[in-house]
Amino acid sequence: MASNSSGGSSDRQRIAKQRLRIIAGHLQRPADDDSAVGAAECTAQGSKTDASSEERTVPRRRHEIMKWNGWGYSDSKFVYNKKGQAEFTGKRYRLSGMIIPGLKDWMENTFGATLQHKTPATPILNSSAVQAPTLNEVFVEELKSTHIPFSHDAEDRVFRAHGHCLHEIFALREGKIGRVPDLVVWPSCHSDVEKIVELACKHNVCLIPYGGGTSVSSALECPPEETRSIVSLDTSQMNRILWIDEKNLTAHVEAGIVGQDLERLLNESGYCTGHEPDSMEFSSLGGWVATRASGMKKNIYGNIEDLVIHIKMVTPQGVIEKSCQCPRMSTGPDVHHFIMGSEGTLGVVTEVTLKIRPVPEYQKYGSVVFPNFEQGVACLREVAKQRCAPASIRLMDNEQFKFGHALKPQVSSIFTSFLDGLKKLYITKFKGFDPNRLCVATLLFEGDREKVLQHEKQVYTIAAKFGGLAAGEDNGQRGYMLTFVIAYLRDLGMDYYVIGESFETSVPWDRVLDICRNVKARIVRECKEKGVQFPPLSTCRVTQTYDAGACVYFYFAFNYRGLSDPIHVYEEVEHAAREEILANGGSLSHHHGAPTGSRLSQRARRVQARCSISWWTAGEVAAPGLVPQPHSLRRFGRRLRAKAPLRLGWPRPPAGAEAGVRTPSRVRSGAPVCTMGQEPPAPVAQSEGAGDGLLQPPAGPSSGNTHSLMSLIVC
Amino acid sequence: MASKAVYSHRDPLLKKRDDFEDILEERRNSSDLRYALRCYTPVLYRGATPCKSSALKSMALQADQIHYVIKQVSKETGRTTEEVEEEASAILEEMAHHLQLSTVRFFAFALSKIFKTLFKSICVNEEGIQRLQQAIQEHPVVLLPSHRSYMDFLLMSYILYTYDLALPVIAAGMDFMGMKFVGEMLRMSGAFFLRRSFGGDRLYWAVFSEYVKTIIRNGFAPVEFFLEGTRSRTSKSLTPKLGLLNIVMDPFLKGEVFDITVVPVSISYERILEETLYARELLGVPKPKESTSALFKARKVLSEDYGSIHVYFGQPVSVRSIAEGRVDRCQFSLVPRHIPKRPNEDVQSFVNDAAYRLVRAQEENMVLKPWVLLASVLLQNQAAVQEPGIALDELTEKVLWLRHLSQQYGAFLHWPDHTPPSEVVSSSLSLHRGLVRISEGRVQLALAQGTQAGPVEQPSSFTPEEELLNQAVVVLSCASYRNQALHVFVRPALVATAMHTSSSNNKQEIFNTFNFLRNIFSNEFILCPGATVQDFEEACYLLVKTGAVQVTQQEVVVTERGQRTVAFLTAMLEPFLQGYQVVCRFLCQEAAETLTEKHFIPLVRKFILKQILAGRLRHVEALSSDLQKNALAALLRLGAVRKMNGEEQGTLKVSKVMVNSLEDTLGGKLPSLKAIVARL
Repeated sequence: MASNSSGGSSDRQRIAKQRLRIIAGHLQRPADDDSAVGAAECTAQGSKTDASSEERTVPRRRHEIMKWNGWGYSDSKFVYNKKGQAEFTGKRYRLSGMIIPGLKDWMENTFGATLQHKTPATPILNSSAVQAPTLNEVFVEELKSTHIPFSHDAEDRVFRAHGHCLHEIFALREGKIGRVPDLVVWPSCHSDVEKIVELACKHNVCLIPYGGGTSVSSALECPPEETRSIVSLDTSQMNRILWIDEKNLTAHVEAGIVGQDLERLLNESGYCTGHEPDSMEFSSLGGWVATRASGMKKNIYGNIEDLVIHIKMVTPQGVIEKSCQCPRMSTGPDVHHFIMGSEGTLGVVTEVTLKIRPVPEYQKYGSVVFPNFEQGVACLREVAKQRCAPASIRLMDNEQFKFGHALKPQVSSIFTSFLDGLKKLYITKFKGFDPNRLCVATLLFEGDREKVLQHEKQVYTIAAKFGGLAAGEDNGQRGYMLTFVIAYLRDLGMDYYVIGESFETSVPWDRVLDICRNVKARIVRECKEKGVQFPPLSTCRVTQTYDAGACVYFYFAFNYRGLSDPIHVYEEVEHAAREEILANGGSLSHHHGAPTGSRLSQRARRVQARCSISWWTAGEVAAPGLVPQPHSLRRFGRRLRAKAPLRLGWPRPPAGAEAGVRTPSRVRSGAPVCTMGQEPPAPVAQSEGAGDGLLQPPAGPSSGNTHSLMSLIVC
Repeated sequence: MASKAVYSHRDPLLKKRDDFEDILEERRNSSDLRYALRCYTPVLYRGATPCKSSALKSMALQADQIHYVIKQVSKETGRTTEEVEEEASAILEEMAHHLQLSTVRFFAFALSKIFKTLFKSICVNEEGIQRLQQAIQEHPVVLLPSHRSYMDFLLMSYILYTYDLALPVIAAGMDFMGMKFVGEMLRMSGAFFLRRSFGGDRLYWAVFSEYVKTIIRNGFAPVEFFLEGTRSRTSKSLTPKLGLLNIVMDPFLKGEVFDITVVPVSISYERILEETLYARELLGVPKPKESTSALFKARKVLSEDYGSIHVYFGQPVSVRSIAEGRVDRCQFSLVPRHIPKRPNEDVQSFVNDAAYRLVRAQEENMVLKPWVLLASVLLQNQAAVQEPGIALDELTEKVLWLRHLSQQYGAFLHWPDHTPPSEVVSSSLSLHRGLVRISEGRVQLALAQGTQAGPVEQPSSFTPEEELLNQAVVVLSCASYRNQALHVFVRPALVATAMHTSSSNNKQEIFNTFNFLRNIFSNEFILCPGATVQDFEEACYLLVKTGAVQVTQQEVVVTERGQRTVAFLTAMLEPFLQGYQVVCRFLCQEAAETLTEKHFIPLVRKFILKQILAGRLRHVEALSSDLQKNALAALLRLGAVRKMNGEEQGTLKVSKVMVNSLEDTLGGKLPSLKAIVARL
């Protein structure tokens, strides 16, 4: 698959296509008819820079190509065919149309889930179950005059009322629909967002920004007690690459673009960002920025904070952006670091300048088998120490290795299966690896062909020191495929009484083994104590290496047959697991964002708050007179997954609060560019009773000496 | 879940205990040799990586913590790291165990022979063994047996071997190692040796703690040590020592293992091998140094009957579950785990509470023999009545009454079923014939030649002091049996004494006095710190349940039929109350400016001897150095006596006013007002 990147454009496109197949497979060009209300195109911006951006992945009416109550595309899912074999439908992925013979047995052996016990989902959305929208008439009137398309169609609203947390999907499958947004708007450029935010402030309307909708931290849940009109701001139509600067290797992109489109469009020009989170098919650039996302190839390209050069964000006080596109600044705390990880509580990210790289010449997968997990971790640590980590290096534990094995598609030739048998024989019998202890590391190398080969050799040499055996490209590639289909697999599990979720953490190297062991054991113990009838799947993998530690990903799933409230049990266990993570020196999250407090117990919320305090100090933002208060911290400790959208809005004033709090200040159109160290754009006070994660409307005079930017953030 | 079962004792009658199985029975019917040589394949901790004891040593030496301390020490002392490393390795060499199956088999054989001669039976609760077996597979296990005799750890290993369980690695005092040959034998059967004191030696501490932690992390074998630190000479449980408990809990707190299971084990002897030895030691005859020849001299004990032993493996306690909500483990993630750090307050208080609770769990499962009740009755009788002895049937009646009471209080009494009480009494008396004498149908303690406790005419060969000391040996031996039951009665007894001392029915006043007494006696008995209110409520509950008192909002009143119970309970604490008072009196009257800690015991003993001979004190028990030390410790704790530093190192400065007022309060002359309590 190696090729010369300096070739013609057809060559480029070929590379691009190949790459996309690896990542996510080809996409059908979706139909894009707007049957919703309003259809005016944005005219605020000039002509489109990139011709090929006509091709949109995400239509306004998402439910036409995506599942309304599950993950991903409607045409792609795991099913059991008539013969009782698992099969993956559709044409989009490598696995599509293939039979997966091992999956059924694996499901039965791991979860005790059988084909006889089914829990089918409600097939279609019952529109009558959806509350009638609470519309703010004046707001809608004024919105109409801006010609920004919007809709209050039930399907549109329901689609934007959830992320992909287990409890959200579970409720949808049961046909339970809670509070949903009252209106969906589709801005198509920065100035549209400015107008919407201004109107929202003016008419006291809640805004919940929506990007890819892949949040796993309950960030999209509408507060059930909210009485005002809630507007979902869908950024999906802001999906253009505005310019590419080949001299400085940067690209300026609208924040609503989803990962796969961004890569495809850049590839067409011979570039890439290299940012590939597992959800990149659906998650959006704005979500990445707002949640400090991390991509699997961060070893070469960096995490989002390393990639971002410039951010434009619309806040209730105006637009925040730096006045230059410089690689680094030392004028006070970096304003980007308030935005990244602010999880949408501060504003809507509209445009981002990212670093880009030429598409790599050569890419190669690989895998290494280790006799046990301990050896594997030791090897990863050594690789990190020598700073020679490939683009991606991941270590799966034994359970996950078996899982990956179960996902092997049916092989067509006897020869391949014979070879597989030989390999197995060699590893278990000749090398003496215990099949119940061995684990596998998957590798992805990228770069110049020669360097890749050299690099590969270096990594395999290190691996050999820790008893690792090279196990071929195929195993490696399958490992990465797993991350794209695992979300689909959850839907299959949910058809058969199995629920599950993943969560992740980052942890210092010396604690990696301890945290993996303890968290897995804690999950098993908690499941037993909570009355789960079958042993759960409790597995982990080390997915990223850093100089000082690693990122660990846990999968946890169980068969809930016999439980009256499986979601509650699930949440209790997850909560316990997170507690265990904290007790073992891990972080609450490496890149998903912290889970919302509403579903966790009071205790967990305290833990979260503590985390947030350390977040504050880590950011060195201790401004004079600013005492972090629990409610503001809670807001900061919150959520939004990388892939998740932004969130912004005025909360309902606390019960008994003075009327003054309710008055939102006017957004200054063309507000002063707010760079660090400059004078405050508008004094705002920290209000007493912040609503549940929504922004507090600014009110009254500034409280003391609080730095303007700080108050901006606190509010 | 397990832990709750251990700690909840609202109603002692509801406590369910397992049945016992005699393991000697099989030994009497089959070959010891075959038993010693049989196939021994214990189940191990499933996370364990099997390794030799030598590999364990090198693992411990390579640990980061030891490296860190070695570097520190070499920096501070200017020695090269190699030198310090050598020292560390020498320490480990001196300390480490060297478990060998052949030695274990030898012990299995020899001990079978010895146990069969010495004991009627060794009873073990098999359900406890099963629980232990389960626990060993799941998590690293720490065994915490009570410590009353040298036999304890041989016995433990013997039992575990018998049941095909993993043999423990045992923390033993260095004094054993001094014994030629035997020390090495013990080492090969799994003992590792600790210096009794190594206060300032950081390197020693690091090597030792790392060695223990390596065993736990690695799951090499169960770790066994004695929470009480040393053998209890008085058969009362001793205040737990926290050092080792801190060490074994550390791997859990720092997340190095998922959980640690702690199993309290209660070993109760019907007759303790060292019975008179202990009494002499308490009276000032120094403890003989452990030596092989002494062991051989001790073989005459082989010809005697020591009754039966009961070993009760308690409910396994998960450290994780008791730490839940008590310790925030996040705190350990801020400093690298290999850097030694003093545990902070919440960890200290957690370990302290855990230790007390574990000791209480040991106490609760101690089997009490009828003799324990007999000893209690005889001692009270001996102290109260001048007339020699007590009629056999009166004794039987009293013991039966006490049996009923103790059962209601939740004692784990092992009273033979289907045997007439008189037979039980007489067989107990005959087992302990060295301590009691029966003449003309009257039972009394065998107090030397003289028949009375007072200074009457003695044979010329003894001075009055020697005569008294000889009597005291018998009394203290007897007291050590009574002490076995103390934990059952101590809380109600403190309330009874408080009622007596404060001579009032006012509940608040009684509580104040109770609080005061509890505070004073907290070195003497196992009273969990900070649990005053619970203890008071528990005591009142028991007293009310047995109909001894009535408790209203304001008052605590003794009922008609409760008089006997309350009198008995008060009499039970009487020797301690008197003993503490006389220690106070000594400090007020005799203590010179230059009194040092070292001279305290001989001087106070002399003073008490005089007091007894002069007839001012009836309780010979006050001669026990254990009581005297505890009293001093209490006074030091309360600030009535202060230890001086600097030039007059070790001298004790007595605040006579405070000691005096304490004495008066103990004697009921001063009300234990809140003010006093507060000042204390």
